[in-house]
Amino acid sequence: MRFVFKTSYAQDLGLFRDSVQRNWYVALLAGLLVLPNLVPEYLVDISLVFIYGLCGLSVMVLAGYTGLISLGHAAFLGIGAYAHVYFIHDLGLPWAVSVALAAATAAAAGVLVGLPALRMTGVYLAIATLAFALIIQEVFTRWDHVTGGLKGRPVDKAVIFGVSFAGDVAFYLLCLGFLAGGLWLTANLLRSPTGRAWVAIRDSEIAAQSMGVNLGAYKTLAFAYSAGLMGVAGALFAHKIGFLAPDIFSVLFSIQFLLMVVVGGLGSLHGAVFGAAFVAMLPVLISQARDSVPAWVGAMAAVFGSSASESALLATGRFVKQPGLEPGLFGLILVLFILFEPLGIFGRWMKIKLYFSMFPLYKRATFRRQKAYMRSERLR
Amino acid sequence: MTLLEVDGLAVNFGGIRAVDGVSFAVEPGQVFTIIGPNGAGKTTIFNLVSRIYDPTQGRLIFCDEDITRVPPHEIGRRGIARTFQNIELFEHATVLQNLLLGRHVHARSRFVEELFFVRRVREQELEHREAVEQVIDFLDLPAYRDSLVLNLPYGVRKVVEMARALCTRPKLLLLDEPSSGLSVEETEDMAFWIQDIRTLLGVTVLMVEHDMSLVSAVSDQVLALNYGRPIAMGTAREVQEHPDVIKAYLGG
Repeated sequence: MRFVFKTSYAQDLGLFRDSVQRNWYVALLAGLLVLPNLVPEYLVDISLVFIYGLCGLSVMVLAGYTGLISLGHAAFLGIGAYAHVYFIHDLGLPWAVSVALAAATAAAAGVLVGLPALRMTGVYLAIATLAFALIIQEVFTRWDHVTGGLKGRPVDKAVIFGVSFAGDVAFYLLCLGFLAGGLWLTANLLRSPTGRAWVAIRDSEIAAQSMGVNLGAYKTLAFAYSAGLMGVAGALFAHKIGFLAPDIFSVLFSIQFLLMVVVGGLGSLHGAVFGAAFVAMLPVLISQARDSVPAWVGAMAAVFGSSASESALLATGRFVKQPGLEPGLFGLILVLFILFEPLGIFGRWMKIKLYFSMFPLYKRATFRRQKAYMRSERLR
Repeated sequence: MTLLEVDGLAVNFGGIRAVDGVSFAVEPGQVFTIIGPNGAGKTTIFNLVSRIYDPTQGRLIFCDEDITRVPPHEIGRRGIARTFQNIELFEHATVLQNLLLGRHVHARSRFVEELFFVRRVREQELEHREAVEQVIDFLDLPAYRDSLVLNLPYGVRKVVEMARALCTRPKLLLLDEPSSGLSVEETEDMAFWIQDIRTLLGVTVLMVEHDMSLVSAVSDQVLALNYGRPIAMGTAREVQEHPDVIKAYLGG
């Protein structure tokens, strides 16, 4: 086990605990930069992980750090996406300006939603954001000359300062850059007074208020920042899918974002990225499984004779082709996580790390007390 | 000069008059204690002074300024900090982070500066840390600096909450039942802390307390309440021997 010897207060202000941890992150970044050469066939999926990472970050700031539950974040994603497409295609603005404006538009919408949030907590806030998302989806459908209505809107590939990001590798790097930037900005906020004020609001509103935190201002700020991040993700998402239609930004999508932070681990930036990787890669895994699992099961059942093999092949084949398999699995995994690992993938990650650093002295009870649910989760 | 003047304070909750015409004055450097049986309105007075409730009648004057209509988050900036009867710490944060939040009233950085963590923010964070470390030293908390609050024993949490209030560098510290839930030994320690806060830091203390040994040990002035009305005021001994106070506690 390593101990960090602290000699100055500045050490606690760094983004990383020590140089060893920093080197690990540099190594991770280097690994991600060479990844396109290793698995070129999965680049598009991994780009989606990065875009979802930004979405996860956005929901994490709101739900994980400020304790405000939103069921309408797909609306902010949609606002960012449509605004971006409108700015670059209809107004002909440069790409970078358009993304900034899309983020600002989404943030402005976030302030609008955040204002009633000052008076609501828990379930009531969730319902209000849900209503907002439904309204916005209707706006996407009806506002024909901007959004293209039900016909949808095709989106060109990104061209930034004359450089085309049409290729898979280029787009992958673009998304990686945005996710890294988003993580950096959010980590900066979290080690500043603003981040502390958010955490304070999550854990005890009354104490935060008595310590001088303006609840209204900081909740609105959390909404605006979260929506702004979602707006940026929306702009990238528009390029990723290449075609915008209102039904993409449905309530189910919002719930998927919430699922992302819960599965990833509420209250940690790692959790946002882990959750994004989980949500983006699970469909890929399932589609892989669709192709290979029946054959495996068939091969295993072959031990009991060829007729058993054949019927097993048929049964598993029918099972994995069920259309509801993906959402069903999502739901099942969410339930299992809440039951057995409330800290999410990040919590599991911490435990595995601790197991190796303390080997052979690790004991399960180390994390026992922290299994308590967060106050924000209890939905006062 | 009077630090806090409470003038004819009254509040109604529906048909119940929880506090009914309470007036008192806290002088700088005093330890002023409010006692009274359950439901007498002690904590309500605290919530009125820290502006969580709006008074129906009366005025609050702090440092010659009327704070009766000041919003609750501005109270800390004026120099009033408080603790809570049932401990309202940020449980999923470390002691250090809790105390740093106590420095929030002194935060001067702007959002955009924080987004990029510019040098000014970094310097201010270091200043906050220095101030927090002084309080950690003062209340003997170094051992718990990096522990999560939810892993701490109750007695330590009480001290941490007091430390967080001290980090705001208050002129007036409101302590809501500092000894509730503490053992006899911890209560004695608490008496020493309160005396130190008053004499070494020069912070005026207004507290609500039931434990008469603690009240007698530290209070300069005691106010007894019953059913929201003041029934006696004076030194701890005078109030304890006042016939109305004995009647309020024992009946008859």
